[in-house]
Amino acid sequence: MTKAEIVQAVYSRLGGFSKKESADLVDLVFETMKETLGRGEKIKISGFGNFVLRDKRQRQGRNPQTGDPILITERRVLNFKASQILKQALNPRETASAAEE
Amino acid sequence: MRLLDRRSPWSFAVESGKPRAGGGPLGWGRWTMTKSELIDAIAGRGELTKARAELVVNCVFDAMTQALQRNEGIEIRGFGSFTVRPYKPYSGRNPRTGQPVPVPAKRLPFFKVGKELKELVNASRAYAISGDDDDDDDDDEDTDDE
Repeated sequence: MTKAEIVQAVYSRLGGFSKKESADLVDLVFETMKETLGRGEKIKISGFGNFVLRDKRQRQGRNPQTGDPILITERRVLNFKASQILKQALNPRETASAAEE
Repeated sequence: MRLLDRRSPWSFAVESGKPRAGGGPLGWGRWTMTKSELIDAIAGRGELTKARAELVVNCVFDAMTQALQRNEGIEIRGFGSFTVRPYKPYSGRNPRTGQPVPVPAKRLPFFKVGKELKELVNASRAYAISGDDDDDDDDDEDTDDE
């Protein structure tokens, strides 16, 4: 699925928006999320998942190709944690008891 | 970085007197955006009613969920991509009792951050993030860069 298909979903399911407006709104959703995460804020979308930021310390790593040791600098990374609702949507037969982590 | 110098995208909602759900300071110091705050931001920036903005935001995430249900990946350029990863069944253990527990095969969504967003996030290190995501390195992420 690409952004164009999400635009199509907004256009055809909601009604009242032109294709251009639908495209602008979908862009706005992702642009707003990007700017928010880019300010160091996490995002919680109930029913879908959380986009969380983690600060990683500097650490020693290796170049997987050559095996040479390299220093991995400290950095902030983005992780997505899927909500239980999304996980269950992908695993329809799963019972609630398997949802504990 | 120009994006970071913009004012808070949902300051529209703050200015209109909506009480904020989070506990942090206004605007810049906020640490978490919820779905309803994203909806407020879309309503303000897109100049549409909150009810319409809510329909849009829900439609976006519904469409994405449905794609993942079809086992279809999602690629949003500049943001990232979602894929569905299959996991084999395995025998786990109840950590309290030590009893073996069968864990069924499952499909889980996986997000890979896009290059542009990755750089944007890393550049945000000057800003604080909330304290509940500490640096304990216990997550199961893989750290490959490509």
